[in-house]
Amino acid sequence: MTSDEDTFWGGRNTHFSSEGQRVWFERMRDKGWTVPHWPKEYGGGGLDGEQAKIVRQEMAAIGARPPLSSFGISMLGPALLKYGTDAQKKEHLPKIAAGLIRWCQGYSEPNAGSDLASLQTRATSDGDDFIINGQKIWTSYANYADWIFCLVRTDPAAKKHDGISFILFDMASKGVSTKPILLISGRSPFCETFFDNVRVPKANLVGAINRGWDVAKYLLQHERAMISGMGERGVGRPLGQVAADSVGTDEAGRLEDPILRGQIAAFEIDEAALACAAERAIDLAKAGQGHPAFSSAMKYYGTELNKRRYELLMSAGGIDALEWESQRSRGGARPRAWLRTKANSIEGGTSEVMLGIVAKRILDLPGA
Amino acid sequence: MALVLTQEQSLLRDSARDLIGDKAPVSHLRHLRDTQDETGFSRDLWKTFAEMGFSGLLVPEEFGGSGLGCVEAGVVMEEIGRNLMPSPFLATSVLAASALAQGGSAAQKSEHLPKVADGSLLAALAIDEGAKHRPLMTRMQAVRSGNGFRLEGDKAFVVDGHAADLLIVAARTSGSAGERDGLTLFLVDPRARGIGIERTAMVDSHNAARIKFESVEVNADGVLGEVDQGGGLLEGVLNIGRGAVASEMVGVAEGVFGRTVSYLKERRQFGKAIGEFQALQHRAAQLYIEIEITRAAVLKALQALDKDAANAASAVAVAKARAGSTATLAVQEGVQMHGGMGMTDQFDIGFFMKRARVCQELFGDNNFHADQLARMKGY
Repeated sequence: MTSDEDTFWGGRNTHFSSEGQRVWFERMRDKGWTVPHWPKEYGGGGLDGEQAKIVRQEMAAIGARPPLSSFGISMLGPALLKYGTDAQKKEHLPKIAAGLIRWCQGYSEPNAGSDLASLQTRATSDGDDFIINGQKIWTSYANYADWIFCLVRTDPAAKKHDGISFILFDMASKGVSTKPILLISGRSPFCETFFDNVRVPKANLVGAINRGWDVAKYLLQHERAMISGMGERGVGRPLGQVAADSVGTDEAGRLEDPILRGQIAAFEIDEAALACAAERAIDLAKAGQGHPAFSSAMKYYGTELNKRRYELLMSAGGIDALEWESQRSRGGARPRAWLRTKANSIEGGTSEVMLGIVAKRILDLPGA
Repeated sequence: MALVLTQEQSLLRDSARDLIGDKAPVSHLRHLRDTQDETGFSRDLWKTFAEMGFSGLLVPEEFGGSGLGCVEAGVVMEEIGRNLMPSPFLATSVLAASALAQGGSAAQKSEHLPKVADGSLLAALAIDEGAKHRPLMTRMQAVRSGNGFRLEGDKAFVVDGHAADLLIVAARTSGSAGERDGLTLFLVDPRARGIGIERTAMVDSHNAARIKFESVEVNADGVLGEVDQGGGLLEGVLNIGRGAVASEMVGVAEGVFGRTVSYLKERRQFGKAIGEFQALQHRAAQLYIEIEITRAAVLKALQALDKDAANAASAVAVAKARAGSTATLAVQEGVQMHGGMGMTDQFDIGFFMKRARVCQELFGDNNFHADQLARMKGY
């Protein structure tokens, strides 16, 4: 993963970490290439699948970071394109593409983690509005976000999947508050988010009332595809090279630690293979042969692989990878990133939930 | 290029799947084993392969083949793997056809390639000498003698070596074991004086042989490619073979996985299908994911062999290593999830386990290819 400093998230309180970051973002935005495959009318590049693939490959080839990282792009956008009204698309998509609004995701609750559909945040009808009360947790960057896409219970009497709605609202609304959660990495990328009588227009529902679970699941497929790709970008130099620098090599150019060398080679094989699978998943989807649950397979493998990557990075770095605060260590960037990756196989659906989905929806195993 | 089969490739897969599934399911291998068949494969089926155009898949059109590529060869290999079909396809139609097409003189090509395509010539590649695949460690000597060379040494694990009409042999014309320079490939008649062929019965009931070369005389026109410069040609041919065997292993893994998932749905214990137990569901799901990722890596390698030469070697190392570990996982999970039935000879699962073990060793196991990849990446 790229560190926070290298990532541009957009939003009302836009902040560029460098001039280069600003120029790169603005040039890509002006071409519509923050979202190359979105329609032009919504600020995208209007590229078809094959063209978008070329842009991705060329960016990867030059080691370019994404000009704009955004849950609007990776999660909400696809859901709005499929389920949003014309007015919602016209209102929100261009602002996502241009990095004007930063979004956060209101899904998990203290008692609704893996069992997400048991969520209890209530939206009660009041004329043309809903009044929302409840609490979300693990809301990524809620304290920096401008808007939230949120799952709320609109029919408490219905079966748990059937009483949920998907709604959008401004985080500046009266009654919204956030509280960052300090993690083992010493950072606070996640928040608790509280809703105290928050008034939201009913026009902000995406999809039909009480049918929010369909939107939620569709969005989750995109979230899982995004998380599975986390390990692919921004790592910079290949792991074997990083290790060669710190561990040293013998006269034949091989890593001094032969067992670490074997582990890294095995890792790089799996990493290269996963990249092929990611490419193939997109090509299969384009050819109409994809399976909608395959993003769960990729999410499982990509996150477990990313944890392996950071275990090896820590091993390769030895004691140099243990510093937590020095400038030399860029504020302990590596150990903090290592600890952060432990959430990869939890967030967006645990590895165990992913395997359950594959067993049920792809393998059709009984009772899964 | 999209990382999916084209329509033509899908059609080829369907016809290979229909033919092999119909004529050579696992019971075919079982029958060859139980009758201790002398050839180890069916010559009739090989004729059918030729009639269908499979045997000449990689032979250029001017020599009577269809001039297709590694993706197409991989498509056929996967179906061979799914059914554990013993076939000269790998040794003759993949390895020999590639070696001749890439390294052959005009005379060598026009003599042999049409016969590969029409199925009348069987060939075998003799590379390995020690317990592990180490092509650069070739020690077999080819000493200049008169108008040609005299071969001296032993080869092992020669696929189809006992049935071949033509041997392609790697030997050292200079340099020493470990060096890439100094290797030369020879076309050798297996009936030549001084050759001793021992068919080795293998764990997987497929064909292999040990071949002794004692003062075997080969004419200069038996050199395939350039003297001392055979290392590059050999590496290219081996990479095609590795891609093909990786495809076969995807088929092996799929064959065992399909049977295992069916068994999870049928077998009942504790009053329910064992596939209802989460412990088994998760293992099955993990295996599915491993297979799908490997399938993508293998297709990538085959496409690279056809169209992206610069990246082919690393893509092949990734594919063969992944295929080796995935097939190994698949057969172990297959036996475990079949319980005691998986241990019986009556069930087919054991045949898959045996073939996967052999395919691992064929042209380098996952450790060999991990080492290769690390070298290529400079660590």
